[in-house]
Amino acid sequence: MSESILEMKDIEKEYFGNKVLKGININVKPGEIHAIVGENGAGKSTLMNILFGMPVIHSTGGFKGEIYFNGKKTEIKCPKDAMNLGIGMVHQEFMLLPSFTITENIKLNREKTKNNFLSKIMGEKVKTLDMKAMGADSRKSLDKVGMTIDEWAMVEGLPVGYMQFIEIAREIDKSNIKLLVFDEPTAVLTESEAEHLIDCMKKLAEEGIGIIFITHRLDEVMMAADSITVLRDGEMVANKKRGETNVVELAELMVGRKIERLVNKNESAENEEQKETIMEIKNLKVLMPGEEVKDVSLNIKRGEILGIGGLAGQGKIGIANGIMGLYESKGEVLFKGKAFKLNNTSEALKSGLAFVSEDRRGVGLLLDKSMELNIVISSMQIKNEYLKKIGFFTQMDSKNIRKHALKMINELDIRCRGPQQKVRQLSGGNQQKICIARALTLKPEILFVSEPTRGIDIGAKKLILDLLVKLNKEQGMTIVMTSSELSELRAISDRIVIISKGKIEGILKPDDSDADFGLMMAGHYHKIQKEEL
Amino acid sequence: MKKFNKLLNRLGIARIIIILFFIALCILAVVIKLPISMLLSETIMRTGMYGILVLAMVPGIISGTGLNFGIPIGIICGLVGGLYSIEFNLNGFTGFFTAVAISIPLAAAIGYGYGLLINKVKGSEMMVGTYMGFSAVSLMCIGWLLIPFNSPAIKWPIGKGVRVTISLSERYAKVLNNFMNFKIGEVEIPTGLILFLFINCLFMWIFLRSKSGVTMKAAGDNPKFAEASGINVDKCRLRGIILSTVLGAVGIIVYAQSYGFYQLYQSPMMMGFPAVASILIGGASTNDAKISHVLVGTFLFQGLLVMALPITNEIVKEGDLSEIVRIIVSNGIILYALTKAGGGEECE
Repeated sequence: MSESILEMKDIEKEYFGNKVLKGININVKPGEIHAIVGENGAGKSTLMNILFGMPVIHSTGGFKGEIYFNGKKTEIKCPKDAMNLGIGMVHQEFMLLPSFTITENIKLNREKTKNNFLSKIMGEKVKTLDMKAMGADSRKSLDKVGMTIDEWAMVEGLPVGYMQFIEIAREIDKSNIKLLVFDEPTAVLTESEAEHLIDCMKKLAEEGIGIIFITHRLDEVMMAADSITVLRDGEMVANKKRGETNVVELAELMVGRKIERLVNKNESAENEEQKETIMEIKNLKVLMPGEEVKDVSLNIKRGEILGIGGLAGQGKIGIANGIMGLYESKGEVLFKGKAFKLNNTSEALKSGLAFVSEDRRGVGLLLDKSMELNIVISSMQIKNEYLKKIGFFTQMDSKNIRKHALKMINELDIRCRGPQQKVRQLSGGNQQKICIARALTLKPEILFVSEPTRGIDIGAKKLILDLLVKLNKEQGMTIVMTSSELSELRAISDRIVIISKGKIEGILKPDDSDADFGLMMAGHYHKIQKEEL
Repeated sequence: MKKFNKLLNRLGIARIIIILFFIALCILAVVIKLPISMLLSETIMRTGMYGILVLAMVPGIISGTGLNFGIPIGIICGLVGGLYSIEFNLNGFTGFFTAVAISIPLAAAIGYGYGLLINKVKGSEMMVGTYMGFSAVSLMCIGWLLIPFNSPAIKWPIGKGVRVTISLSERYAKVLNNFMNFKIGEVEIPTGLILFLFINCLFMWIFLRSKSGVTMKAAGDNPKFAEASGINVDKCRLRGIILSTVLGAVGIIVYAQSYGFYQLYQSPMMMGFPAVASILIGGASTNDAKISHVLVGTFLFQGLLVMALPITNEIVKEGDLSEIVRIIVSNGIILYALTKAGGGEECE
């Protein structure tokens, strides 16, 4: 057995008391393609941040565990250490300078230089660039990844697929490269480009470079990887060799977890078909950058909790944002049988929708204003409530505002020093409750909630979910919850829509099998089980 | 010590230096036996005189367009209104209020146009505003030559155009100052002037608690939030700019009646800076301002000027040192506040 190039042993990491990695072991041999798969938040990026010694790790208290590189125990304190060791990274977002040529990008900060008369006097820093040598080096790297493009072409305006390969060329141009990390490299590529990339990865592996391949796409894993590690909630749930496993099993491993239903099964199952449709969405398209919705048709039924799930970037978040008019959208929406005007937030709020944004601090709150103002401001704007009229002037009705704020604080159990406290000073969970309180103040018929538990500690998570269930049961409020966390969708929803590539992959019941969820999330459901749909 | 630290945090180091400087000046004034009562009357008078121009900063800051460095635009509108009141040969309160009445719709219209421009340059409102103000003043230099006025009080006796300074002493100079004014000991209180400022502040306070005021606050604090609550952010910003321009117009008329002259041509160019410095000294930042900041800031800033001038003249006989000290203080404060505006987010 050959010596491992990288061994990570018992890696543990905590963020503010929240364990995100629980004893991970990874072992990569030279020339091996090692795939790491897992949902969003499973701990893949944290693991890579540790490998690269990113500042975010050290500024939050470091990590536990040991890293062996080339058989030697190493400490990687900063990304430069990692580079010196020969670890390279192909980024998900391209780290390229658009107005530089390909060669300049590849050789940036590792330029080849030659002496000139100034450098003899003033030293290294003013040496002339040896463009010819740099070009030749770049050519060699580009040839290796199978790119025929001119090495002096400008990066700006190149197709995205090309940029990915330039990134790879840049990494392999480093002479000491021994381990290369691909962070979801195929996310933005077309299928043929992705195949080309996998061929390229295999070629690099043959040269003895160890490769870590992070991805969501399970069929690519099956095509490329020699061994596969599955992460879930910071735990290593499986380590398989290729040939030992298949796509369905991987999907199951990725998603599988004990699900705690917060809602009683019998109640939720009651005659779903008979429920009246409150909103009908036909061919919705939303131009939300990074979360584009391409074509979604969906019926929302009165009194249900509808979950919308899917991986990040697939468009699940765009649906609620589009209906609320925050991003430009096209399509036909019927609300209570009547045509609903898209692209108009104020109309949407007036007609009885409310929205709790996924971007709590950016969109959801006025951080420097008091809690009470945050709670009432939308209904003040939309419904002219909490205002007094004095002659020509409208004035804030402080008494009523205070009364309502206190009522909300009491009902939602918001922990604060008083209704006048600034929202910025509250914890994430309490901030989220204020967002919900504001939405409830509008007395909506449908409440859209996006990522309600993002960035909230576990205790508060359950409180928020309980609150949503309570609203649904006691007030019959229709709730549409978008979340990246399948477990919470499965805990409270009546139906779960899975979005993939901007379209609906399928609609599942919360107690459907883990494999179905996993396959749908990965976008393979149609490929494998076409006849069942 | 804890209390002291809290105070330090709330006021900020720069503001504490200003206050200490002010106190030091007061002590010095006593030591070198300057007439305190005269200095105090002067300070109060100038507070009333500048107050509305400083108040004009509030709607701009609240609506999220930052400090309105483009206030000279409003000032020009006020000057035009003022000149027409003289052209109609009006005196006393009639003259004053006619000037205000003419300048308000004019400022609202011009402010609307200026607001449209500001909405197109989100993120660099303050810089664009500064240069917008400069260009408006320069453009108006041509305007003053071309607008046909016939009153001999306004026109140059020979040739075309308007005089550089136009005296109000026979029309409505000090009408507000002398309205119900009285003396407490040696200190003179210009009741009408102060009252007029307070009434304007009261209107602003009421406005900020109305629906449009609250939505404006939301739009200024977090535009994305405002959009998500169905608030038209651009409209709020437009309203803020219009209000600011109108207050600038009214402010210069109040200033001129107290000063006794309308100053035309280049003089509005730098009028925005003392107003900006005042509200910042008062405790406002580029995204939050209160009425109390206006009053406290104007008093402190004008107090500094009034005190520093005779004291430095007393200590250093030659040169114009007091003026230099004033410029260092007022521009230093602006600089401090603007750097804080950029770095504030990192501190979160």
